[in-house]
Amino acid sequence: MPVTNVLLAGVGGQGVVLASELLALAAIAAGHDAKQGEFHGVAQRGGSVFSHVRFGDRVFSPTTRQGEVHFLLALEKLEALRYAHFVRAGGDILVNDHEIEPIRTMDERPYPKDAVAFLKNNGFAVKVLKATELAVELGNHRAANAVMLGALAEQLEIPGAVWVNVLNSRIPERLLELNRKAFEIGRKKGH
Amino acid sequence: MKQLMSGNEAIARGAWEAGVLFAAGYPGTPSTEVLEALSSYSEVDAQWSTNEKVAFDECIGAALGGARSMVTMKHVGLNVAADPFMVFPYAGTNAGFVALVADDPGMYSSQNEQDSRYFAKIAKVPLLEPSDAREAHQMVKEAFELSERFETPVMFRTTTRLAHTRGTIEAGERTEAARKPFSRRISQYAIPVYAKFRRPELEDKLDRLRQLAEEFTGNGIEEGTGDIGIVSHGIPYQYVREAMPDATVFKLGMIYPLPKQRLKQFCARFDKVFVVEESEGFIEQEMATFGISNVIGKDRFTNIGELTPDLVAQGLTGSAIPADFGAAATILPRPPVLCPGCSHRGILGALKELGVLVTGDIGCYTLGCLPPYESMHTTFCMGASIGNATGFNKAGEDRVVGLIGDSTFLHSGIPSLLSAVYNQVPTTTVLLDNGTTGMTGHQQHPGTGSTLKNRPAPAVKYEDLIRSLGVEHISVVDPWDPESTVTAIKSGLDHPGPAVIIAKRTCRLLPEEKAKETIPYQVEELNCIQCEDCMETGCPALVWEGETPHIREWECAGCAMCAHLCPVDAICQVEVSADAGH
Repeated sequence: MPVTNVLLAGVGGQGVVLASELLALAAIAAGHDAKQGEFHGVAQRGGSVFSHVRFGDRVFSPTTRQGEVHFLLALEKLEALRYAHFVRAGGDILVNDHEIEPIRTMDERPYPKDAVAFLKNNGFAVKVLKATELAVELGNHRAANAVMLGALAEQLEIPGAVWVNVLNSRIPERLLELNRKAFEIGRKKGH
Repeated sequence: MKQLMSGNEAIARGAWEAGVLFAAGYPGTPSTEVLEALSSYSEVDAQWSTNEKVAFDECIGAALGGARSMVTMKHVGLNVAADPFMVFPYAGTNAGFVALVADDPGMYSSQNEQDSRYFAKIAKVPLLEPSDAREAHQMVKEAFELSERFETPVMFRTTTRLAHTRGTIEAGERTEAARKPFSRRISQYAIPVYAKFRRPELEDKLDRLRQLAEEFTGNGIEEGTGDIGIVSHGIPYQYVREAMPDATVFKLGMIYPLPKQRLKQFCARFDKVFVVEESEGFIEQEMATFGISNVIGKDRFTNIGELTPDLVAQGLTGSAIPADFGAAATILPRPPVLCPGCSHRGILGALKELGVLVTGDIGCYTLGCLPPYESMHTTFCMGASIGNATGFNKAGEDRVVGLIGDSTFLHSGIPSLLSAVYNQVPTTTVLLDNGTTGMTGHQQHPGTGSTLKNRPAPAVKYEDLIRSLGVEHISVVDPWDPESTVTAIKSGLDHPGPAVIIAKRTCRLLPEEKAKETIPYQVEELNCIQCEDCMETGCPALVWEGETPHIREWECAGCAMCAHLCPVDAICQVEVSADAGH
């Protein structure tokens, strides 16, 4: 299978790295070669975080070249804008309908309210999900990453049973039920 | 079975399989997880040491004593450990000794971008570097074999991208390495006395290693098509494969010494050869000394920052790199910030209020150099703050504070404080005791009361330690109490001798702190005068919404730093109903 390129992006604390690790685990369990690599700065919280996942018969570079990402999964709207140039022309962008205001110490411009329209106007296939809202309804806003991952899973050819196993083996017991539900809701919304 | 492992985890796995018995290091991004992963194996005695030199010395002892040993550090950690690193090769090792050194091209979490490969050349030790987790897992086992075969320490170099990229691994089983008894050959191991005799031996060994490089299986030519040849290694090799899947590539696994004859033969086959390497042109320069002249290297591939598959493709083929959408859309930066409830906020605020000169150090509090605080004026390297403050004092600046974290103080701050005492310089030090090594992800240290293996350990009593150094003015403050903090720092500055203020407040991200019940604060919009003073905390829990600030309750840690800044008391604790607490 040719290599599938996914880029996950969000803000520190949103669970970008965990979601990308789950995707890489699922890809391996489905029989692919996979590499996953995250980028983050010095801060424990609040910085921009992005993570590449690539899977297929044989993966060389851990990161995808700009303009060659098939799916961008953005847990936050500003982060979708920041990494959209990695996505191939007409490629898929799944965006969480959620805004996290950056700390205003370096740039006084207002938060861009038109991110989704901008991405659509640039020819991307944008799908907006209220992942944080749905996660809050389930009782924990932190499960937004699982909702988004579920929506992405719906687009990939990785069997459902693989995902169940991966969630069971990687998510701690006390958070498993929450994440399973979030993932399933994501799958339905991503359909 | 196939497993997903980061480069760091794969290195730990490989070292475990190679029978490593002792491992030591000091946390440093991107190397930290190697030792953390090693500590999970019961057969490995793994520990955090106080600093990299100490860890290196301990591993020398363990390896001479017959136990396969691994020392781990980031590139700047090797600077700290450079003394034993340069001298140990004169003696050579007994049991296998591998020094894991992780560079950080792009400086994601580092103060410089030094290319540590040059250290191997200066020390005359072999240097291996893998190109992904799978290779790292195997290569570290070869490193131990090589170390014992040539009785030499081996440097195993990685970079951030290798260390933090997960890939598929076929994990193997552990082979116990027999303990090799130490023989007390003073003439081999007592270096200053016998160095002159050992010096030629080091050169002989290097010659033998040069021979080995010619046949080392980790150096191999991947035949392809086309009329250019490529020499590459490590992560850049993966980018080369991405850009030119069919090219002929000489992939290097041993970076020092290089296989001179094979490289000469390879380059003779082509009109031009690209050398694709990250950071400096180390391989390119070595090849030039071999008399190879048809090489294109750093002219095409920058030595600044991290290479990417796009930069490598551009260098090889001239392909363009797409720009981001920043020209047409508002892509606001997300500057790094201190966490909600961070104990450093109180100190940085107090120092800003006092307006004193602050010499800083390495840790989360280094963010105090940035807005909104900008209350730290210099930062260089681990442990520098106190010495720098002493120097400013010598130059006539008498209102200066050295700001240093607990782990950093124990790493390399103590000698500087002792120097200030010894020379009776009125250096004022603020020691940030948050009970952890915060920035690298919460590692234990001698002040935390537990070890890497989570065993209880005596916790350093900072007041006793500092008093025993000869500091007479010591105070302990809670940084969440801004008024007392300002008073204590002022009093330290007014003291005619060295003074230390210990700011004690546990890192908010530690599980025991997170578990505590907090009563969050809220902004009473009717009272708010929109002065924006509270925003000077740079707290991620505090966001500007419409006309007023708003506190995201689930993020608020209840530290009240914003409330202290509010001139009209419009920020108050959320009222908890009578039942809520029960």
